[in-house]
Amino acid sequence: MTTASYYGRNIVKQPVWKSEIPLYFWTGGIAGASAVLHGLARLRGNEALAKRALFVGAVADVASPLLLVKDLGRPERFLNMFRMFKVTSPMSVGSWILLASGGASSTAAALELLGILAPVRRAAEIVSFAAGPPLATYTGALVANTSIPVWSEARDQLPWLFGASATATAGAAAAVVTPVQFAGPARRAAVAGAVAEGLVMREMRRRLGFVGEVYDQGAAGRHARIARACTTLGAGLLALAGRRPAPAKTGGLLMLGGGLALRFAVFRAGFQSARDPRYTVVPQKERLRARESG
Amino acid sequence: MPGLGTSFGRGGATTNQQDLANSDCIVIMGSNMAENHPVGFQWVMEARERGAEVIHVDPRFTRTSAVATRHVGIRAGSDIVFLGGIVNYILTNEKWFDDYVRRYTNAPVIVHEEFVDAEDNGGLFSGWDSDRRKYDVTTWQYAGVEVHGAAGQREQGFKGSHVKGHAAHGAHGGGMSSGNPPERDETLQHPRCIFQILKRHYARYTAEVVAETCGCSVAEFEAVAETLCRNSGRDRTSAFAYAVGWTQHTVGVQYIRTASIVQLLLGNIGRPGGGIMALRGHASIQGSTDIPTLYDILPGYLEMPHTERYDGLDDYIDRSSAERGWWGNAGSYMVSLLKAWWGSAATPDNDFAFGYLPRIDDDHSVYWTVEQMLAGTVKGYIIAGENPAVGSANGKAQRLALAKLDWLVVRDLVEIESASFWSDGPEIESGELRTEEIATEVFFLPAASHVEKEGSFTNTQRLLQWHFKAVEPKEDCRSELWFYYHLGRKIRERLAGSTDPRDRPILDLTWEYPTSGVLQEPSAEAVLAEINGSDSDGKPLGSYKELKPDGSTSCGCWIYCGVYTDGVNQAARRKPRWEQAPVAPEWGWAWPANRRLIYNRASADPNGKPWSERKRYVWWDGRKKKWIGDDVPDFDEQKPPDYTPDGDAKGPDAISGSHPFIMQADGLGWIYVPQGLEDGPLPTHYEPHESPFRNRLYEQQSNPARQTTDLAEDPYSPPGSPVYPYVVTTYRLTEHHTAGGMTRFLDYLAELQPAMFVEVHPGLARERDLRHGDWATIVSPRAAIEARVLVTERMRPLHVDGRTVHQVGLPYHWGTRGRTTGDAANDLAHMALDSNVHIQEVKALTCDIRPGRRPRGAALPKFVRDLRERAGAR
Amino acid sequence: MSTASYGAEAKPRVGFFTDTTVCIGCKACEVACKEWNLIPSGGLEWTGESYDNTSQLDANTWRHVAFIEQPKPLRVDADGADPPDGQPEPLRWLMESDVCKHCTHAGCLDACPTGALFRTEFGTVVVQEDVCNGCGYCVPACPFGVIDRRDLPRSPQDAPLALPLLGTKEDGRVWKCTLCYDRLKGGHEPACAKACPTDSIQFGELDELRERAQKRLAKLEGEGWNGARLYGDDPGDGVGGFGAFFLLLDEPEVYGLPPDPVVPTRHLARLWRTTALAAAGLLAGVALAFAGGAE
Ligand SMILES: Nc1nc2c(c(=O)[nH]1)N[C@H]1C(S)=C(S)[C@@H](COP(=O)(O)OP(=O)(O)OC[C@H]3O[C@@H](n4cnc5c(=O)[nH]c(N)nc54)[C@H](O)[C@@H]3O)O[C@H]1N2
Ligand SMILES: Nc1nc2c(c(=O)[nH]1)N[C@H]1C(S)=C(S)[C@@H](COP(=O)(O)OP(=O)(O)OC[C@H]3O[C@@H](n4cnc5c(=O)[nH]c(N)nc54)[C@H](O)[C@@H]3O)O[C@H]1N2
Ligand code: SF4
Ligand code: SF4
Ligand code: SF4
Ligand code: SF4
Ligand code: SF4
Ligand SMILES: [Mo]
Repeated sequence: MTTASYYGRNIVKQPVWKSEIPLYFWTGGIAGASAVLHGLARLRGNEALAKRALFVGAVADVASPLLLVKDLGRPERFLNMFRMFKVTSPMSVGSWILLASGGASSTAAALELLGILAPVRRAAEIVSFAAGPPLATYTGALVANTSIPVWSEARDQLPWLFGASATATAGAAAAVVTPVQFAGPARRAAVAGAVAEGLVMREMRRRLGFVGEVYDQGAAGRHARIARACTTLGAGLLALAGRRPAPAKTGGLLMLGGGLALRFAVFRAGFQSARDPRYTVVPQKERLRARESG
Repeated sequence: MPGLGTSFGRGGATTNQQDLANSDCIVIMGSNMAENHPVGFQWVMEARERGAEVIHVDPRFTRTSAVATRHVGIRAGSDIVFLGGIVNYILTNEKWFDDYVRRYTNAPVIVHEEFVDAEDNGGLFSGWDSDRRKYDVTTWQYAGVEVHGAAGQREQGFKGSHVKGHAAHGAHGGGMSSGNPPERDETLQHPRCIFQILKRHYARYTAEVVAETCGCSVAEFEAVAETLCRNSGRDRTSAFAYAVGWTQHTVGVQYIRTASIVQLLLGNIGRPGGGIMALRGHASIQGSTDIPTLYDILPGYLEMPHTERYDGLDDYIDRSSAERGWWGNAGSYMVSLLKAWWGSAATPDNDFAFGYLPRIDDDHSVYWTVEQMLAGTVKGYIIAGENPAVGSANGKAQRLALAKLDWLVVRDLVEIESASFWSDGPEIESGELRTEEIATEVFFLPAASHVEKEGSFTNTQRLLQWHFKAVEPKEDCRSELWFYYHLGRKIRERLAGSTDPRDRPILDLTWEYPTSGVLQEPSAEAVLAEINGSDSDGKPLGSYKELKPDGSTSCGCWIYCGVYTDGVNQAARRKPRWEQAPVAPEWGWAWPANRRLIYNRASADPNGKPWSERKRYVWWDGRKKKWIGDDVPDFDEQKPPDYTPDGDAKGPDAISGSHPFIMQADGLGWIYVPQGLEDGPLPTHYEPHESPFRNRLYEQQSNPARQTTDLAEDPYSPPGSPVYPYVVTTYRLTEHHTAGGMTRFLDYLAELQPAMFVEVHPGLARERDLRHGDWATIVSPRAAIEARVLVTERMRPLHVDGRTVHQVGLPYHWGTRGRTTGDAANDLAHMALDSNVHIQEVKALTCDIRPGRRPRGAALPKFVRDLRERAGAR
Repeated sequence: MSTASYGAEAKPRVGFFTDTTVCIGCKACEVACKEWNLIPSGGLEWTGESYDNTSQLDANTWRHVAFIEQPKPLRVDADGADPPDGQPEPLRWLMESDVCKHCTHAGCLDACPTGALFRTEFGTVVVQEDVCNGCGYCVPACPFGVIDRRDLPRSPQDAPLALPLLGTKEDGRVWKCTLCYDRLKGGHEPACAKACPTDSIQFGELDELRERAQKRLAKLEGEGWNGARLYGDDPGDGVGGFGAFFLLLDEPEVYGLPPDPVVPTRHLARLWRTTALAAAGLLAGVALAFAGGAE
């Protein structure tokens, strides 16, 4: 299909973000979902799982802001993120969520390690539990709230996709570090997340129409294929052989890799859909035609 | 500009850019106005918005064509056929403005019986002397009258001046001596009357011939002719705008003459929305001809004395001034000039120091001087505000010439190629020159730019505008005024007390100017005051009419007299146009006498009434008994329309009340120019010096009077040579300025056009398999250069003599230095010159073009030589 | 958008009407902008894309003149004769000076987490360079690809950094047209409009400009201009109307402009709902995982 363009140049700008960002989407997801895993495990008295999920989440939570800061054009101005709270800016909202979640989970983890101040720890755990789900899903809103065709057109699926993948990766991470006999819920969460991820991905591709083709092309395509392969294989292993340590570890690691690859697939797809003006022009033209005829 | 000078009397644009807004049709031809005069172009757009037709006739489809209502592509070098076709169209379809033509032009005048037209003589007029390659103009004269046109006459005796670039000096109108009035036939029927000669001369310039020669279609041509005529007459006016697309040809002056004839026939001169807008070049290039940087005229277009020609001042005045017309007062202008220069040392007893003036003994112009350098006779050279190594035709010859000098001084804003040729010139790369063997000692003196000094610009429409200093010059940068004043001061100090008579001219000069500041900057305003002139008790003069031949007045340039009226700097006036009269007389100051639209007497009919309400401008007020209107009347304010001079009237008084062209001896617009031009009284089509075509109208291929060099460095390709099958034309881009010294060195401008490129049509690209974005090599008998290929439909192919011609387009801004560098188009150009103003023909050359980059090192000259030999070029 | 927050200090909203039918492609606007705003040079790449070598609006080009060569007639005669009598194959050269649209609903501004981007009292959209932390979120948020991050690596001459470990760039902030906020404050018209010789760039109060544009369009349609249309003058469009709108002679995408720009935040409410649901879904999912037993 040929559409008029200005020397084939992109209309919307490609993002200026580097790979720290998809990495953060991944760590943020793990952190968010781990907090939930941790919280529920505590409630249900699975201390082994709870502890480990807490530590995983804390590590991910601490890594996340560092990644973000590194990507800033003016890292020394990271604190400006907290000049205001702005609902129109998912990045602003997200920064506050991350602050809460990161602060809480790291505090909780530290106190857990030192085994002191139990009440404070419990308070921190509650905060991080509450901040977890939004932390795991807002990143979907973050990319969807742009003019990047393949992102904005998928605004109904991306939060779900990221949420599902977060669950899958957090579950997988826990499954890797937790003795198998305590890791049942983690495995089930991982597998459920993987299944959900697959379904949402299919739905997203359907809704995207031809713009979605970027997920079959170039870097995005490669990452998407790796993601699908790893996640399916990993989830399969966990589901069928998760009670044995070796397969559980392999499966978990595979799924972690798959989750990371998924974030890169989405990330790269954004660039590719921005680069080619067709993806900006064709849907907008259709929109116009629809409006005129309707 | 003799084209305009001989036709109307003054060598400047007849109108101003603002007035273009009043046009009903604007023909832009030989100019790319939108790109090169973008600010002035706003009035063309204004006219278009008011419904005017804007026609662009140009070999290329440019940014001007893009906003014109019509573009017509023609072959570079074929304009006289196109314009001659329009003359023919006007005459055959009886579209001329009858009253105007009969009363205001020399159409009824009868010509010498021995005159033979080029039509009947294979393209040569009577009087051609093939040995001297010059015309004897006796047979061109009016029957029973001897005319001496001032433009050409000053150059008889030797080859004449070469003026680079812009259309030479503003030669002025013709004088007339004995035996007047000339014979006339008011019925325009006499076979030898100019009207009939004109008819015969252009009879063969039919629409078909135009199409065949210029390469446009008959329909395109007729549409232009029809539109132009439809928009001319009592109620409507059309204007022409041209620049160097017309002048830079070996017949350049005659292009302008043809347009002048068209405008006279249509009655478009001296009227609002009409005229011929000569768009000039550098910021003050008009100024540099009014107060010339040229060797062969004095300020105000007074003639430069020649060695052999004059006994004394009186003799000079007799010869250079006409008996009738404003040149009758040349004596007053000259004496006042001498007083301005030598003050009290200029007395009646010493001929007002006339003897102090240098005399010219030969040609001393740019290209001639280059030849002398190559010959080793010129040993030192000062270049100020010029970059010949890039900007002048045949760059290689230019650089080889510089390399032969003992010393060279370059004053410029940046270290340009003309100052660095010895280290990074193309000849160094090719091994033709070796740095260690170049003996030239080069001095580079940094110049202050226009924002670092104050002074006046005289722009394309004779308008003087003052500019103020914004910042102090940095480091060693100095203004021109500073440099020449202090140079003169130092020389005078050295000569002080000398008794050698030859030092008197320098020691007696009036050289006292107030200086100020740490740099001792001379006052530019004091210089302006001196130019304006003053009476015996130092009071500033108000007009050149006050000038006297008795030494009681002094004036540095008679046409500028009035710019310092009442001791006020009139050029510095800046009242916005919406706060004053339509022609904005209080913005700056225009010569002559602050007239904005000259010859404006012609905006009224012979009885002094406006030709129409719509086009009223200046008219005779019967009650007030004077000429009044929107502008300063370009006429004796008190002289009634019915004034008829008696036989022995002299000077201005000899001009009739109904003759608008007051600088002409007869007060008429000259359709036919009996004297003043080197190459004929009527424009005639000649092919460019280098052309892939034979002249389809005459045996005479090219302008017989054109100047060529015999330099080994300057070989030419023979007409129609298959080795150089393409027409190449060179031009400007908005983003750069001329030889690039002011733009290639600036990031913000360099990035807008960051590489030398060549424009070609897809058809030519196919023919020579050039790929868009790749490199191509363009080669002429002089040189080969490389450029990036820009394939574009804008380079429309043309159909000439039944075959398709492709034209190659080259901007000429690049050189070896600056933020963006590239090969110089001028390396391809030859040094064949126009016969009247001696401009290089850089608008129509021949070349070949091939894919890929040019050879490097010694392989380059060999590549050029091999092709040249194949073509038998010399 | 609203300047309401300025109360008494609010000024009438100003903007640009860029009329491409009188543009002569002189690029004076581009250069004037760079001169006034001291923008770094964009580099010396020759593109071969007609006469355009700056290619697009970006951090170092806030005014950009587009050049489009087309085999179409500029005007179609009343009698539809096309091309007009005796013209060769039709050809036109479109030129358009592009700039930030200063959207009524500005994606960049909404997206900015730090408040560096703000709405001025003139209703324009401006980046505060001392607040911007270079997060880059505004860049993909802009539906027109206008705002852009300037990535200038540090050079030895640059002043030492506040936090050496973190700082990697001399300049990693975003830049775009400020509509010459400084000049507006001083009561001057923007540099680009000032420099434009043909009034292709018309600066003024938005309401007045919109009326003028309507009249202009009517005139051009009367004269048979081929493809004349207004772009961005409609307050009902996806960004609530542009503060800087255009008169074009072809489809927007021909000039590299989006045919139907929509500010991302228009969908934000729904997006937040989806996100909340997804979060809840996550919670439910993990809860279910425990339903199968705590170990
Ligand atoms: N931006 C910018 N402005 C400038 C300058 C600059 O360098 N840059 N230079 C200044 C100076 S010094 C001058 S003299 C003026 C020159 O102003 P112009 O004369 O407009 O300059 P050019 O681009 O050299 O030539 C004008 C046109 O002549 C066309 N042409 C070439 N041969 C022929 C021909 O045989 N017949 C016809 N009809 N057209 C022909 C070319 O295609 C070109 O489009 O511009 C002044 N203004
Ligand atoms: N092929 C080809 N050749 C051409 C032409 C063409 O159309 N085609 N056009 C011809 C024409 S019309 C012209 S005018 C010439 C121009 O050719 P040149 O005059 O040789 O080239 P410019 O670059 O205009 O040179 C002017 C120099 O003056 C310097 N300068 C500026 N201001 C000042 C000042 O105040 N003082 C001093 N001392 N220097 C200053 C600038 O830096 C610049 O280097 O080119 C001619 N050559
Ligand atoms: S450069 Fe100066 S002279 Fe030339 S168009 Fe611009 S303003 Fe006029
Ligand atoms: S055009 Fe883009 S950068 Fe300009 S205001 Fe609108 S969204 Fe912001
Ligand atoms: S890059 Fe600067 S202006 Fe853009 S969103 Fe981030 S902080 Fe705001
Ligand atoms: S308004 Fe000012 S900042 Fe914006 S483009 Fe024009 S000159 Fe540049
Ligand atoms: S300054 Fe005006 S005419 Fe020149 S390019 Fe910019 S918008 Fe067009
Ligand atoms: Mo010139």
